This record gives sequence, structure tokens and C-alpha cells, in this order.
Amino acid sequence: MIRSITQQKTEEEIERLLSGSIRVFIIGCGTCTTLTHTGGEPEVTAMKEKLSGKGKMITGHVVVPVACDNLTGEILDEFGGQIEQTDTLLIMSCAFGVQTIARQLHKMVVPALDTLFIGKETGLGQYNEICTQCGTCIIGETGGICPVTSCHKGLLNGPCGGTNNGKCEIDKDKDCVWTLIYNRLNELGQLDLMRTLHKPRNFLGEPRPGKLIIQNI
Amino acid sequence: MASSFKKALESGKFIVTCEVAPPKGTNLDKTRHHIELLKDKVDAMNLTDHQSSVMRYPSLGGALLVKEMGGEPILQMTCRDRNRMALQADLLFAASRDINNILCLTGDSVMLGDHKEAKGVFDLDSSQLVAAIRIMEKGKDLGGNDLDGGVSFCTGAIVTPEADPLEPQLIKFEKKIEAGAEFIQTQAVYDLEKLKSFMDYAKQFPVKILAGIILLTSAPMARFMNKNIAGVNVPKSLVDEMASAPKGRAMEKGIEIAGRMIRQINEEKICDGVHIMAIGKEEVVPDIMAKAGIA
Repeated sequence: MIRSITQQKTEEEIERLLSGSIRVFIIGCGTCTTLTHTGGEPEVTAMKEKLSGKGKMITGHVVVPVACDNLTGEILDEFGGQIEQTDTLLIMSCAFGVQTIARQLHKMVVPALDTLFIGKETGLGQYNEICTQCGTCIIGETGGICPVTSCHKGLLNGPCGGTNNGKCEIDKDKDCVWTLIYNRLNELGQLDLMRTLHKPRNFLGEPRPGKLIIQNI
Repeated sequence: MASSFKKALESGKFIVTCEVAPPKGTNLDKTRHHIELLKDKVDAMNLTDHQSSVMRYPSLGGALLVKEMGGEPILQMTCRDRNRMALQADLLFAASRDINNILCLTGDSVMLGDHKEAKGVFDLDSSQLVAAIRIMEKGKDLGGNDLDGGVSFCTGAIVTPEADPLEPQLIKFEKKIEAGAEFIQTQAVYDLEKLKSFMDYAKQFPVKILAGIILLTSAPMARFMNKNIAGVNVPKSLVDEMASAPKGRAMEKGIEIAGRMIRQINEEKICDGVHIMAIGKEEVVPDIMAKAGIA
């Protein structure tokens, strides 16, 4: 299952974003940020203690089941009084959850986390980006491995000159996806697909902001 | 009109190109000095494009300077900083100023340079840039529109003969040739046996190959490249030879090694020429050529 992968902002940045706020209500998320240990119960509790120590008044805190779900607004209704007295909501969900809450409650919101990518847990404490939702899927020609997402430069025609020992020039811990694609296509006897000179990418797939209207449903 | 570099490539003579790096700033004195020193000694000089993703005076400005000073420039163009519109515009400008040789590169990540937070573009890759040039030469831009006034370039690309793994790199190399590359300048090679085996494979393609020669300036510099530069392997024997140089004489040893390698490449006709990268020590390029017996 894909997840929104997040990382907590630095203490300094959270402090700066909350500098005009005295009364703060903290909201975590029981789904993605619980998985990544960035916005589950323990992290929300730790944030509450940290901010209390810095002189903030914590008017309440809660971990909602799925912050990005529209039901979040109804769940937060239970805390109506506390939220009413709050200057700012500090939200420990991904940016999708922050925006869902911002739409439903007329309060200033501050994200405590940066949303890094949409990805998958591939090992204990290890998360990998899988798809950037570019709108023009090409993985039918690359053995089901996405170079748009997994090549640092999004190259379509093979590796750059920076690859070394099958790793990426920006980080020895990151695989060169073109080595992976080569190995996969080689195993499948489909290397001719890699020999095809691909035209420049179509960046018009779905211009930002993405919006899709399906007729007749 | 064919560039003098293209004519040299077609002449069958042993080709020598070198590199000139534009400055960090507007003080062109050193660049001018290097151009003056080398313009009549080499067949063409490459103008690097924000080499290692370090922001500098543009390669296009450097190429124009070479032209003004009577030299033959090879304009390096990476895909890191410009989208397809900006690249085409710069190609039009180059053609209008008689800058007729282009080396197409993907470009290093911005994360390796001095503007780490900048946006890397990579709208095209190196093989697509080569293909774009060939489309423009047919009088069209990449949007399919007619160009008023054409372009004609001698177009090249690069390859890393010692990449690990090598096979994906060779597939890309073949695509660059399919896209229309006429010449290839290689990443630095130090093991001529490995260069020979690469050439045994590469000879089947209709492309001129210039072996990359990076001047070794010290043993620690050689070890640094082995550790940090993808596809560069300085054999232990050469590192030891550099280390054996008397104090203060390492550069001389590096010049001797580069000259010796070029001499062998030329005498044994291993490839069509060499591309000398002296990385800031351009003033010694004539010494290297003298040692190689091609001055």
C-alpha cells in the first residue's frame, strides 16, 4: 500500500512558524505518519511536552485515524471548545492531511512535517519513492521500473556518466535505476527496449494543478 | 560551412582538443591567456559549461571569446540548467556567431556543485540534445515549427569506457551515435589496454573517438579521482609513479605520464585523437604535447 512519507521539520523551523502563537492544538495521524513514526501517539506526546517546555499552552491533542479523510472534520468537532480557544493547529500528518484540516476548520495551520514523497515501506524503517504521478507512464518500456521517479535526473535513455558501481552520483546508498532496468530487461530478454532512442518527455501529461472530471458517473 | 574542427576530424590526422574553463566572475584575463597560448596548437578547445555544477561565466561566452581570438571552440552544453527552449535558443545564437561545434552532455547533478538548492532541469538528456540538433539542421525546431535561417553543427558526445557496469553505458553510447553524434570525447582513461578493448568494440561505429587525458598533478590527486570520480581508474602503478616523483616535481611527472600515454595512443593508432583536460593547469598543455611528440 502506498504511503505518504514524511520527516519532522527542524525544531527551529517549527519554533519560527509558531512564534506568534501561544495556544496550540496538536493533531497527529493514525495512518501514514504513525507508520513512519513522525505523527503517531508517541510523537504527538513528545511534541506536546517539548512545546509546553518552551512556554506554549497546549489546548489539546489528538491522533485522528486518517487525517486526509473528510471525516476528520467531524472527529475534530468533539474538540470544538478546545480548538475554539486555539491560535494555531500544529499538524503532524502529511501535507494532504494538513490541507484537509485547513479546509474544514477556520484556524491557522502549521505543518510539523515535510512531506517527502509518496512511497512504500521496503524494509524496517526504510521507505522508497515509487511513483511521482507524472501523468505519462512509460514503465511498459522499462521492465516496470520507473526512471522518471528513480533516476535523480529522470533520464529516459540510459544512465548518465555519474553512475558508479551501480549507484547514483548523488548518494552511494541510492541505486542507479538504469542498472536495475538493464538487469531486469536483460533477464527478460528485452534489452532492445533499452536500445530504443526515446523522444523528449511530454511534460504536458496533466498540467498542475491536476484535476480530473469523469463524465456520466 | 564545415568548421575547421570538422575538417580536421575528416582529414584522418591525429586530433588534439583541450579544455578551457570560463572564470568565476567577469575577469577573463586567465581565460584569454589560456586561449592565446593554445589556440594555434590544438584542433579545437572545449568550453566547459558550469563544470561540476559550479556556476561560472557561460560556456557560450567563452566560445565567443575563442572565436574572437581566432581559435576553434567546441561549445559544451549540458541539459542541467536549460529546458529545450533555452537550449535551442542558445544553439541558434551559437550558429549565428559561427560557433559550429557542440559537445552534448547530460550534466552533473546540481547537488554536486555550489548551488545545491537549485532546480536541476534535465528536460532533455544528452542523446536527445544530439537528436535535437539534427532536427534543427533540417530547418525545424522541436515544436515542429519552421526556422528562419538554419544551423549546422559538428556534434559530439561523451562516453565513459571504464564505467561500472559498462553495458548500460555502451547502450547509451550507441544511442548517441544513432542520434547523430559525429565525435566522442571519452572520460579520462589511464589503462591503455582497457582503452584498446573499448576501441575494439567502438571501431564498428561511424564516429571519431578522442581519448580523454586528465593531467595527474600529484599522487593524492590520483587517489582522490579514484575515490570520487565515476568511471576514472588510475592504476596503482601510475599512482606509485606519481608518488615516486621528487618533492615539488609531481607536476613534471604528470606531464611525462600524459605525454607518454598520448604518444602511445598516436603511434599505435589506438583511437582518432586525444582530449586533454589539464583542469586549471592549461599552461602546461604545450609541454604535454611536446612530450607526446605532437607539438
